[in-house]
Amino acid sequence: MNKDTKIDIPIMADVAAKGEQVEYLYWVGCAGAFDLRYQKVARSFAKILNHLELRYAVLGTEESCTGDAAKRAGNEMLFQMQAMQNIEILNGYNIKKIICTCPHCYNTLKNEYPDLGGHYEVINYTEFLDDQIKKGNLNLDKNPFENLSITYHDPCYLGRGNKIYDAPRNIVKAVYGEVKEMKRSKSSALCCGAGGAQMFKEAEKGDKEVFIERTEDVLEQKVDKVATACPFCMTMLTDGIKFKNKETEVENLDIAEIVSQALDL
Amino acid sequence: MIKQTLFTVVLLITLGVFVWSVFRLRAFFKLTKPAYPIKNISARITRTLNVAFGQSKIFRKPVIGFMHALVFWGFLVITLGSIEMVFDGLVGSDRSFAFMGIFYDVIMASGDVFAFIILVFIILFIIRRSFMNISRFKGVEVTPKTNLDAQLSLYFIGFLMLSLLVFNLGYISNHSNEVLGVYPVSSKIIQWTSMDFGALQESGWWVHILLIFVFANYLPYSKHFHVFLSIPNVFLSNLEPLTKYPNLESITREVKLMLDPEAAYDESEEVTRFGVKDIEDVTWRNYMDSLACTQCGRCTDVCPANITGKRLSPRKIFVDLRHRMNEKGTLILKGEDDTKSLIRDYISEEEIWACTSCNACAQECPIEISHPNLIMDMRRYLVMEEASAPAGLNAMFANIENNGAPWQYSPEDRMKWAE
Repeated sequence: MNKDTKIDIPIMADVAAKGEQVEYLYWVGCAGAFDLRYQKVARSFAKILNHLELRYAVLGTEESCTGDAAKRAGNEMLFQMQAMQNIEILNGYNIKKIICTCPHCYNTLKNEYPDLGGHYEVINYTEFLDDQIKKGNLNLDKNPFENLSITYHDPCYLGRGNKIYDAPRNIVKAVYGEVKEMKRSKSSALCCGAGGAQMFKEAEKGDKEVFIERTEDVLEQKVDKVATACPFCMTMLTDGIKFKNKETEVENLDIAEIVSQALDL
Repeated sequence: MIKQTLFTVVLLITLGVFVWSVFRLRAFFKLTKPAYPIKNISARITRTLNVAFGQSKIFRKPVIGFMHALVFWGFLVITLGSIEMVFDGLVGSDRSFAFMGIFYDVIMASGDVFAFIILVFIILFIIRRSFMNISRFKGVEVTPKTNLDAQLSLYFIGFLMLSLLVFNLGYISNHSNEVLGVYPVSSKIIQWTSMDFGALQESGWWVHILLIFVFANYLPYSKHFHVFLSIPNVFLSNLEPLTKYPNLESITREVKLMLDPEAAYDESEEVTRFGVKDIEDVTWRNYMDSLACTQCGRCTDVCPANITGKRLSPRKIFVDLRHRMNEKGTLILKGEDDTKSLIRDYISEEEIWACTSCNACAQECPIEISHPNLIMDMRRYLVMEEASAPAGLNAMFANIENNGAPWQYSPEDRMKWAE
C-alpha cells in the first residue's frame, strides 16, 4: 500500500447533499490543514478513522479557525465572529459529536462555544483512541516498538486545562509498553512555549526560549521518541530537538501517528 | 472587675478598627465588576474541604507543605480556644468552656500540642526566610517591605504560640489540684523543670489576647491576610476548567448585531471599556484574589516565562493589583483621581504579552487564584481599545479575518493535507 496516496475523506457538504448523516465530525484544525509536519498527523488520524469504518466527515473548505489564538491574544471580537460563523455551519449540519486532534480547538469548542450557542459532545482524539483500543477495535502491532523508549509531553490545554492525562499515556503504553515520565509531567508539566498565541509572535526578552527548556526535559530522559498531542507542542519540540542537533536520535511523534504506525496504515 | 472593664474596652477598640478596615475594603470591592454567579454549592464545599482544609495543593511541595498544613490545622484548633479566652475575658471567668468535658479536653490538648509544634515550625520558617536561598522569595515584587511584612507575621505567630504556652504553664501551676482540660506539652515542661509558672498566667493571657487583637487588625494590610481570606477564596473560586476563558457578553451583542443587522440594540447595556486597564475594570474575584494572595510565589516558580528569564511573574500581577487598588481606590473614595493606570504604570506590556496561558500558575496556586484570565483581560484592553498588539499577532488576526486561519493560506486549500 502506498502511504502517500490521496486518502478518501468524506466532506460534510457532500454527505449532507446525499441526505445522509454522520456520527462524528472530525475537526481538522488549521494546523492539520496547513502545517506541513502536522498535516501528517491529520492524515494518520483520518486513516485510523477510515480503518475503523466510522461514519464521519470533515468540513473541508467550510472549516474555519476556531478563534482560539485570537481570543488568547485579546481579540475577543474576532474570536466571537469566528465562533458564531462556525457554530452556524455546525448547527446547520446538525452536528452532535466532534472529534478534535488539536487541544486548542478542542478546548475552545468544548468550553467556549456552548455559551455562544454551540452545544456538541466534543471529544479529544486521545480519549477516542484510548476508548477504541479498550474496546478491542484497534489491533495494534507492538513488535516493532517494544524495544524503544518514549516519553510523553502533556499539552497544557489537554492536561491542566481539561484534565486529560491518562488517555494519551494509555495509548503510548499500548504500543511502547512503558512511558518514561519527565521530571515535570502531568499537572506539573512545563509548557512548550507556544500557547496563548505565543506561536504567532516573537518571544519577549529573556535568558532562554521556553521550547529549549522543555526540550532539555525531554533529552534528559535519554529516550528514542517523544510523544506529543498538540500541533504547537509538535512544532516547538521538533524545533528544540533540531536546535540541540538531536534529530537523528530523538523523534517527535504525535499520538495519532503512534497508533497509525502500530496499525501499519 | 478592672480586668473585665479593661478587656471590654480593648475588645471594642479591636472590633471598631477591624470594622473600619472591612468597610474600607467593601468600598474598594464596590468599584469592581461582577465575575460569575456563585452556584453549585456542593462542588464548592467539596473543593473547600479538599484544597483549603485538606491543603491538597499545599502538599504539592511535600516537606514545607506538611509544615504549613500542621500550622494551619493547629491554627483552627487554637482559634476555638481563643473563643473561650474572649468569653473568659468578658465574664471574668477562667476556663469557662470546661463543662464540655471530653470535647474540651481534646481541643485543649491539641491546642497545647499544636502551639508547641507551630512555635518550632515558625522558628524554622524564620530561619528559612532569613538565611536560606529560596528562589520564590525573590523577585521585583518581593520588596524589603514584603520581607518585613513576612517576618513580622512570623514573629506575631511565634509570640502568639509562646504566650499561649506560658498561659497554660501558669494555669497548670496555679491549679495543680484541679486542672480543667488536658495540656500534654505544658504538663511535661512543668514536670521536667519542676518550676512554678503561676505568676506568669495572667501576663501570658494578656499577651496572647492582645497579640490576637493587634494581629487581626494588622492582617487586612498584610500579605498575611490569607489567614482570613484563603478559605473563602477557595470556596468562591472559579469551578470551570482552567483553560475556559469566559466570553465577553458585550462583544456577543455587537457580533450578533454585525451578523444580523435586524437585531435590536439594547442601549441599557452600554459598555465603557473592553478588557482591563485599571482597577475599575477588574472583577470582585480578581480583587479578592489579590487580597487573599500570600505571595508565596509558587505561581512564579512554575511560570515558563519566568523560568526562562522573562519579566512576567504571575505573583507580581496580583501584588500590583492590590497596590493599585490601595492607591486609586483611596483617591476615588476621596472624590479624586490620578492619571496613572494598572497597565503600564504597574504592569508592563512586556509582562502581559509573555504569558503562554499554560495555567501552571493557576494549577499551583494553593488558594485557586486564576492569573492567566486576568492577564488575557489586559490583552483585551490593549488589543480592542488601543490596537497595540505585537506585530506578529496583528498579522495573525489579519490572516484569521481574511483566510480563516492564523497562517496565510487560502481556505480553498484546506483539504490539501489529504492529497
